[in-house]
Amino acid sequence: MSAPAGIAGDVARPKRRGALGRALRNKGAIFGAVILLAMLLVALSAPLLGTVDPIRIDPTCRNRAPGVECATRDNAGQRVTVTPRMGTDSLGRDVYSRVIYGARVSLLVGISVAVVAIAIGLVLGLVSGYFRWLDAIVMRVMDGLMAIPGILLAIGLVAVWRQGLWGGVTMAVILAIVVPEIPRVVRLVRSVVLSIREEPYVEAAISVGTPTPLILIRHVLPNTIAPLIVQGTYICASAMLVEAILSFLGIGIPPQIPSWGNIMAEGRTLFRIAPHNILFPGIFLGLTVLAVNVLGDGLRDTLDPRMSKRV
Amino acid sequence: MSDPAQRFVLEIEDLAIRLPVGADRARAVAGVSLRVGQGEIVCLVGESGSGKSVIAHAVLGLLPRALVAEQGRIRLEGEDLLTATPDRLRDLRCTRMSMIFQEPMTALNPVMTCGRQIDEVLEEHTKLAPAQRRAKILEIMTQVRLPDPERLIDAYPHQLSGGQRQRIMIAMALILEPVLLIADEPTTALDVTTQAQILSLIRDLQRQKGTGVLFITHDFGVVAEIADRVAVLQHGKLVELGASAQVLRAPEHPYTKMLIASVPSMEPRHRDAIAAGAPVLRTEKLGKVYVSSGFFQAARTVRAAEDVTIAVHRGETLGIVGESGSGKSTVARCVARLIDPSSGTIHLDEDEIGSMPRGRLRRHRKRVQIVFQDPYRSLNPRRTVGASIVEGPMNYGLSREAALERARQLMATVKLDPAALDRYPHEFSGGQRQRICIARALAMEPELLIADEAVSALDVSVQAQVLDLLDQIRNSLQLAMLFITHDLRVAAQVCDRVAVMQGGRVVEYGPVAQIFGAPRHAYTRELFAAAPGRGYRFARQV
Repeated sequence: MSAPAGIAGDVARPKRRGALGRALRNKGAIFGAVILLAMLLVALSAPLLGTVDPIRIDPTCRNRAPGVECATRDNAGQRVTVTPRMGTDSLGRDVYSRVIYGARVSLLVGISVAVVAIAIGLVLGLVSGYFRWLDAIVMRVMDGLMAIPGILLAIGLVAVWRQGLWGGVTMAVILAIVVPEIPRVVRLVRSVVLSIREEPYVEAAISVGTPTPLILIRHVLPNTIAPLIVQGTYICASAMLVEAILSFLGIGIPPQIPSWGNIMAEGRTLFRIAPHNILFPGIFLGLTVLAVNVLGDGLRDTLDPRMSKRV
Repeated sequence: MSDPAQRFVLEIEDLAIRLPVGADRARAVAGVSLRVGQGEIVCLVGESGSGKSVIAHAVLGLLPRALVAEQGRIRLEGEDLLTATPDRLRDLRCTRMSMIFQEPMTALNPVMTCGRQIDEVLEEHTKLAPAQRRAKILEIMTQVRLPDPERLIDAYPHQLSGGQRQRIMIAMALILEPVLLIADEPTTALDVTTQAQILSLIRDLQRQKGTGVLFITHDFGVVAEIADRVAVLQHGKLVELGASAQVLRAPEHPYTKMLIASVPSMEPRHRDAIAAGAPVLRTEKLGKVYVSSGFFQAARTVRAAEDVTIAVHRGETLGIVGESGSGKSTVARCVARLIDPSSGTIHLDEDEIGSMPRGRLRRHRKRVQIVFQDPYRSLNPRRTVGASIVEGPMNYGLSREAALERARQLMATVKLDPAALDRYPHEFSGGQRQRICIARALAMEPELLIADEAVSALDVSVQAQVLDLLDQIRNSLQLAMLFITHDLRVAAQVCDRVAVMQGGRVVEYGPVAQIFGAPRHAYTRELFAAAPGRGYRFARQV
């Protein structure tokens, strides 16, 4: 008999940081995460940031440039002088307050679209990747969904839900953005599952009698997490943009709820004399989407090195 | 021992290459001096991680940036390659030195015709007109004995077999008649009969053209076939260098001795006759037909296995031997019911499991366990080895504590530290992982253990250890074992009976001594004739 093979202790133990540890060393990921967290904080604490009622109309202070004083009356009828930080729009509403409150809609739409699309896509992708007989059915349905133009769907859904509360319209917008995103998530998850199900360790699990649902959860699912997180950030960024587009077109969030998209839409007509109406929401939207995308790139580099190799 | 007047095409002197910080050793290779003469084949032998490929890449100037040659000289016909500019190296590659790679599947560009890929070399390095280039390509394709060069010149790589692809690679490497050819495991991915053809092709062309060859391999059979001189590498250090016959027959360094002793002998090991009785596994006319069809495609049928009738008794090892595509793994996977057989029966004792629906099958799953080929993919990298081993027993109702206790005992059985249960697979070497896989299979207390090329991916010294372990386990637990392999040497050492498969059918089936002593079927004889180094008796006595 040969000498016993060296026990594991003899083997050099390569250093293996957790995924989080690696992500924290990526500058892009940190930059994106910090800005995104700041935006979240701004959205949540909007009333505490020196804002006024974002839908309060003030006919005496219309189209004021940022930082210009304006004498008006407050709600109680007292004479006051206000200095709108980002100016006012054509109805005299405070643009600063509207932009800050608008962060709520954008982040709500972005994050909930990402979460819902990934949850549904994950389940469908796992099922269609692992159970081959279901694959053809699920994937043809997905092909059908991909053929639906998102903006037309949004117009239809919002028209149907218009009567509801503002929550109803937001739901319609979220749904309209989620539907075309689902097939992309399904395809991503399915492709991972298709390669993992052929791995010998999955076959080993089958031969030791592990029930199928447990195989999916224990052996297949963990492999999909990293690409899904990355995909989630891209979905989040694109959902915020689509929401802004829909609002800009007037088929998204109704005008009384400030969202970056509809603030810009309303400022469009007076762009030459009051550019701040478009400038400030635009900066916020651009910065947030940039942050989410940079975060996604950083996470991709650290969580899923295969995707970024040799770029 | 070499002729003093001999010209050396490649001279490596005291070469040292630094590894990045955090690698398992400071230098990939250190103090290596090696010369390749004109018209000489020097085999560079070593186990994985010994640094043999690093040397090859250093010669060609293809080292990854992280590896730096910090000492020594590499001279090609007297010209120093380590100080040569990238442009100069580009000029030298293919004209004065060439390389052929291990994997002919991935070394060729799948969207370019073979002729075009050879043409690229000519276009880059010569001023020949297109018609002249084509004539030259046809000529070299004839020289590498490709059938019908006029047709293959316009074929895409996927239309060629593995052996033909490797011939294209050789044609590409030799078309400009370089003085040095580096072959990095060029036959490892090929079947044994193809390997024999490629080896004789390389040797013939090399004699004809007087090329110096640095041939990298881990297989002593190949060394015996082709080498003039042998250099043995261990952990980046050259431990032995000498004429082929001398190193193989009378190795001096203990490491070389150990390596050569680990090569299994073609001589079947004597075994006691197995007491006959009811077989544990019995397949009757087992068949597997793959029908691939899509929505818009015509159906295509592939008969992966046909009429396979075999039996394995308690305490017996049945080897299934064959080349890739012979259907040997299909049989194993049918028996383990990882795939469903399309015809025939599989009996485990009295239970017919071949056509049993998956729901009822679960009770019988634990009776058949399988160990796979690739130790790096057969353990879930995200789970500790303990979790992998206890998964099966816990599926069948064992408590976590009892399963862990069993896992600890099994770790001792497979000669690993039981305390290593809470480590992750990446902390183990290939051989250790294969032991863990064996422990996982044994944890189910199976009646039949299938080893599907279980030692093929391992270095020869580790292979010997795992084979010994499998043998011990089979004896002490009186398991029935189904041993799938392409390696006749391995089959000779572990099997009691052998089934030779070709094209999905069993062409010869019988006791190992009979098949190895007096093969009856023409294909079996062909396999034996192709086995590299069959003339040598590498001294393995157990």
